Amino acid sequence: MIWVDIIVQGILLGGLYALFAAGLSLVFGIMRLVNLAHGDLIVFAAYLILVGVSLLGLSPWIAALVAAPVMFGAGWLLQSLVLNRVLGKDILPPLLVTFGLSVVIQNGLLETFSADSRRIPAGRLEGASLDLGVVTVGVMPLLTFASAVAVILALNAIFYRTALGRAFRATSDDAVTAGLMGIEPNRVFAIATGLAMVVVTVAALYLGIRANFDPSIGPARLIYAFEAVIIGGLGSLWGTLAGGIIIGVAQTVGAAVNPEWQILAGHVAFLAVLLVRPRGLFPRAVD
Amino acid sequence: MYRLTTRTRAGTVTAVAVLVLVAVGIAMPAFASRSLIQDLFFILTMLALAQLWNLLAGYGGLVSVGQQAFVGIGAYAMFAGVILLGWNPVAAILLGGLAGLVLAVPTAFIAFRLQGAYFAIGTWVMAEVTRLLVAQWKTLGGGTGTSLPRSATSGILGVETVGALFGVRDAAARDIIAYWLALGLVVVVTGGIYWLLRSRLGLALLAIRDNTEAAQSVGVSAGRLKWTVFLLAAAATGLVGGLVFMQTARISPDAAFALTDWTAYVIFIVVIGGIGTIEGPILGVLVFFALRTTLADYGSWYLMTLGLIAIAVMLFAPKGLWGAISSRSGVHLFPVRRRLAGPRIEGGN
Repeated sequence: MIWVDIIVQGILLGGLYALFAAGLSLVFGIMRLVNLAHGDLIVFAAYLILVGVSLLGLSPWIAALVAAPVMFGAGWLLQSLVLNRVLGKDILPPLLVTFGLSVVIQNGLLETFSADSRRIPAGRLEGASLDLGVVTVGVMPLLTFASAVAVILALNAIFYRTALGRAFRATSDDAVTAGLMGIEPNRVFAIATGLAMVVVTVAALYLGIRANFDPSIGPARLIYAFEAVIIGGLGSLWGTLAGGIIIGVAQTVGAAVNPEWQILAGHVAFLAVLLVRPRGLFPRAVD
Repeated sequence: MYRLTTRTRAGTVTAVAVLVLVAVGIAMPAFASRSLIQDLFFILTMLALAQLWNLLAGYGGLVSVGQQAFVGIGAYAMFAGVILLGWNPVAAILLGGLAGLVLAVPTAFIAFRLQGAYFAIGTWVMAEVTRLLVAQWKTLGGGTGTSLPRSATSGILGVETVGALFGVRDAAARDIIAYWLALGLVVVVTGGIYWLLRSRLGLALLAIRDNTEAAQSVGVSAGRLKWTVFLLAAAATGLVGGLVFMQTARISPDAAFALTDWTAYVIFIVVIGGIGTIEGPILGVLVFFALRTTLADYGSWYLMTLGLIAIAVMLFAPKGLWGAISSRSGVHLFPVRRRLAGPRIEGGN
């Protein structure tokens, strides 16, 4: 029974990693941009929510609702003013710019909020749990997982059922031809990054409620997110969820064997998948 | 008649200047203070790391964010050589290079399956895995780390001679030896890279960087060349790691495998100075050190400034400071481009 419990907790943890990864997957799928500041942007959004909760006295959910459009705007500006200028055949400039951005965000947060670890208070929900007979699961992990599924459903709906999604897919496949059809790739990219930042806000909400965070934890979240995206395969959002679950389960199983092995087990699972399927489990985009 | 050459007048001037600088550098401990020697040691080790990363990213097209793996494993191998095998620390540095080389084999095997940006993440994950594994190594202090025993640090090769020569204590003599080793390493690394780029291997490397398919179509083996460059850089990075931690004489997984110290700074140095040139990292490390000294009292503002400068350079001068200087003046201090030399053609320009 204990193993069932461990696996279920791992799957739910995978939901959190999938949330970290969904924004990354979206941006990579559309513009082949690898955003090394993604983890730090999640932490940034978590502080934004925290400010809403502690300074304005909002509930975390309302604070996230307020933070989401702010983050959309930030993403839109970031893409229009900075990232669009460095996108191109050479992958080095965007990589280095986002790496610089990561360092800037980390140290900006450190200067503003100090290195103390913080948490977003969520009241009764924090410790609440549900007895499902076989296993008992926390309400927060369950909500996280449900949100991950909801985010992926919503993103897929946008991708395959709206004009915006058609523009996304067209630009992803062939930006030049899409441009001939009246789509401005730079505008599409700006909206995509804005959208990714909304997903980042959702991820930040759960990150902040479920665990302590401080300005330095971004890169570690980025690694989990990347592993989930790579395991899942480029451009496949459901693949990203599967990737998150694989990392989550590997981590909880590793931790059950020896608490010191938790993180290591996640990385080893990633490397193992990579050895067998270098393009991930469900690659959609060819690149 | 006509021959292919990479030699230019600026290149000859550089060669003379380098010889003079190295001679001054060797004589430095005779008149420099201990803190200056330590600063120079820092500059030289960062320069060596920057040249190596530049070889990977700027010439090999291999953007690694996991070089801290090789610094860390080199440092730990050096400590293992001293503490477990009883080697002299100077000799144990070589063990650091070997460890870097050995670790590079599985890293390359896995990371080379990934393209472009994914390669960067792959190397990063490998570095994390190595750090987590090393932190399990209880004999060398596990997660908290350990120090070199006093008997080993005072017994470093040549400490007595140097101490007597300059009339300094053991600790200062150790710094001087570390500084000389760093100077030697920088000369070998920079000279080695320069030689490599002027050789046939270097020509092939540049061809692959600029267009892999075209290079392969004329018979360049891209895979083998990337392996060679990656292994060489890893081994040399391991040597630097061993040397750095011989000087500090204290190690912990977090310090030895620090992403900020061994990869972020190094990337900033190369980007600000000018990626894909040998002059770039040299200029970059000087700018980096000047910023560090000026902004040292401002804590995290310093790193923020560094990040902002790197972003600005990428946006407005993607070839870095040296690229901007070089394209205006046409000067190449370390010329690697092949040109035709011979009698001037009548009527031609």
